[in-house]
Amino acid sequence: MTATAPGNPATPVSQPPAADEPMARIEGRAKVTGTAPYAYEHPTTEPLYLHPVLSTVARGRVTAVHTGDAEQLDGVRAVLTSKNAPRLADTSDLEFAVLQSDEVTFHGQIVAAVAADSPETAREAAALVRVDYEERPHDVILRSDHQDLYTPGEAVAGAAPDSHQGDTDTALARSVVLVDQTYRTPREYNNPMEPHSTVAFWETLPERLTLYDSTQGAHTVRATMATVFGLPEENVRVIAPHVGGGFGSKGAAKAHNVLVGLAARALPGRTVKLALTRRHMFSLTGYRPPTIQRIRLGADTEGRLEALVHDVTELTSRTKEYAEMSGLSSRMMYAAPDRTTSHRLTALDVPVPFWMRAPGEAPGMFALESAMDELAVACGVDPVELRVRNDPGADPQTGRPWSGRHLVQCLREGAERFGWQGRDPVPGHHRDGAWLVGTGVASAVYPRLTSPGSAAEIEYGADGRYTVSIGAADIGTGAWTVLTQISAEALGCPVDRVTLRIGDSDLPRATVAGGSSGTSSWGTAVHAAARAFRGEHGADPRPGARTRAEAPENPDLERYAMYSFGAHFAEVRVHADTGEVRVPRMLGVYSVGRVINPRTARSQLVGGMVMGLSMALHEQGVVDPRFGNVVNGDLAGYHVAANADVGEVEAHWLEESDPHLNPMGAAGVGEIGIVGTAAAIANAAHHATGVRVRELPLTPDRFLR
Amino acid sequence: MDTTITLHVDGAEHTLTVDTRTTLLDALRDRLGVTSPKKGCDHGQCGSCTVLLGDRRILACLALAVAHDGARVTTAAGLAPDGELHPLARAMVDHDGFQCGYCTPGQVCSAVGMLAEAEAGWPSHATRDLTAATELDDAEIRERMSGNLCRCGAYPNIVAAIREVSR
Repeated sequence: MTATAPGNPATPVSQPPAADEPMARIEGRAKVTGTAPYAYEHPTTEPLYLHPVLSTVARGRVTAVHTGDAEQLDGVRAVLTSKNAPRLADTSDLEFAVLQSDEVTFHGQIVAAVAADSPETAREAAALVRVDYEERPHDVILRSDHQDLYTPGEAVAGAAPDSHQGDTDTALARSVVLVDQTYRTPREYNNPMEPHSTVAFWETLPERLTLYDSTQGAHTVRATMATVFGLPEENVRVIAPHVGGGFGSKGAAKAHNVLVGLAARALPGRTVKLALTRRHMFSLTGYRPPTIQRIRLGADTEGRLEALVHDVTELTSRTKEYAEMSGLSSRMMYAAPDRTTSHRLTALDVPVPFWMRAPGEAPGMFALESAMDELAVACGVDPVELRVRNDPGADPQTGRPWSGRHLVQCLREGAERFGWQGRDPVPGHHRDGAWLVGTGVASAVYPRLTSPGSAAEIEYGADGRYTVSIGAADIGTGAWTVLTQISAEALGCPVDRVTLRIGDSDLPRATVAGGSSGTSSWGTAVHAAARAFRGEHGADPRPGARTRAEAPENPDLERYAMYSFGAHFAEVRVHADTGEVRVPRMLGVYSVGRVINPRTARSQLVGGMVMGLSMALHEQGVVDPRFGNVVNGDLAGYHVAANADVGEVEAHWLEESDPHLNPMGAAGVGEIGIVGTAAAIANAAHHATGVRVRELPLTPDRFLR
Repeated sequence: MDTTITLHVDGAEHTLTVDTRTTLLDALRDRLGVTSPKKGCDHGQCGSCTVLLGDRRILACLALAVAHDGARVTTAAGLAPDGELHPLARAMVDHDGFQCGYCTPGQVCSAVGMLAEAEAGWPSHATRDLTAATELDDAEIRERMSGNLCRCGAYPNIVAAIREVSR
């Protein structure tokens, strides 16, 4: 690849621009002034405002919807119910079969909606809609002894639900040191700061639907809307240039997307705006399902694992199946010769669970890394050393070589930076006034995923700039900036010669911003397009030269086990009288391949750690078994970490590159920061107090005896 | 019931008719198209809608527009003349004090208002000596900025940005 000099993109120079530069976000000015347009904020003319009516029972049938009072309000244009809403072309996915039947399958389901000229009128009218139900008995609480537990299919799970290697029963019976404990994580909510919002416009002749949507995947939403409404994909357009966070919850279309589409179709010619309220989000936009995880570890007296069993019990919804694969990390994390994992689900009358930052790994590694800490205590081995002793030379699950496994280096460097050496392992020994002080460690892991199917287009303009187009999403990751840098590097030109276009389904197809796969998947497509562009048009292209290419398949995905690793260290203070838990210091060291843009990468890693702290200390959606609703469904009741909850947070990484992963050598970093963080904090709290908390969150009551 | 009011927003005068139930936030966003202040919770629980009323920070979602006839409102878009960035906004870019950016205009307005409060000697829960001049250490900044949630977890960088401007 030839490089080009600033001011003359056609002149090759010897030094390529580096995507390693800590470039400031290119949309930074727009974001700090608030002028970057999010979905709801795109200018419209005389829009209608939509406000949904949600079910107040968890299971049953709507027998009547009384809309008269609502319809009499000035400014109400439509009250949609299952009786008058347009019919959908495909109702096979019940989450998307909005207003298509009178069945109620969870509390907080959409049972009606009002479109009105003003948001105040829409909201008032929605409150005037009265709904009668025939209620049926419901079941909303996860129990490990539920009689309807079943094994999810591989298609839903995304991996084999169970794994067996060796004979764990015999190994456990033989092991001198045993840990057999059950860990629990609660229902947790993504709560991105921007509520899920969609603006829709339906055109007729030909029928065409345009959405401004707050989504992690414009093409993903387009595909769902096209299917559900029976439109060709090219007649649906989804636009999302700026997205106010998602953390998984905007990784697919949700029921509100369909609702706003229905309203737009019922009211063609008027733009319909829907911004869910914070409360709506607690039943309509997904959540991390609660987990019950039994872990059994068998080891010798030196802490070398002989058996590892991780049995996971979780809930899914009767509306749509979802499997949180919390046991996957236990298949590859440590070198136990005999290992078993299992996942069992029970389908309840609850809202549809969905991805939340590091789905599977975040709750699963809380359990495994808590158990490893318990094993370290049981063996009298330092918790860092215990993990080092159990580091496998190849992937224990597949036997494949690692594309790069540097967990031990992360642990060693983290221990050094954190000041771990000389730690007194005895719990409850260190007191500072009324505060009990402890330190803890946990490993982190996340697969280095690359999703197939992204494409990019490059066009050279008369102004000497390259326009790089790909329908990717920036949900706060830094994709606007990082893809600009990757484009410049791939084309061999300065970053100020690149104009990036993302966030639009009319651009070349991009996979969803999820699974920490964006940088890898989209960057691979950009590299492919750059290579093809140079092949077709050379280093001195004519204006108007244009090339589109798809990301090629990577045969190394089948040859290597590709994972990022990390080590989390935490200092925790627990108040001896009140049980209040504080985390003054967190430090993470990561192995994530090459780091593109250290500024935005560090922010993502730190952000993941902060969300991990929030998971450890605060987050719990409390379900009322009588009604099936979440009783703390707003940001006062469901506390997420605020500024004063967070102390010093440091993220470091190893200097490396993964040559097998993609042309950049870089893995995504959006999720690994949350993996294991809660365990590091719980382990530190145990070290501080001697109290082992096996159920999140670490609320003060757990430490009061 | 509708009422006609005047709002001065970022230096521009607007006369508009609002439903008496309309919040200042909705008046700005839905009536005037001023979308710099964001709606994150509509309950006064997240701080995304923070604007300056005069030089005081307020939550626009908990203010009724009709109660602010004649008010002078500054959003993050109006903190500096066109084409320039307020020093606090500049520092937020330099320190990467945001990721998704949705809470950011509220954080910026809140920080500007907070610095004025500290300058005026207002104490906070973190203030140890109520008789001494306020020293904005990290604990003070964190405490005083805890009305503004950031789910991306940019707090350490937000504190760094404010620390730089406060000195």
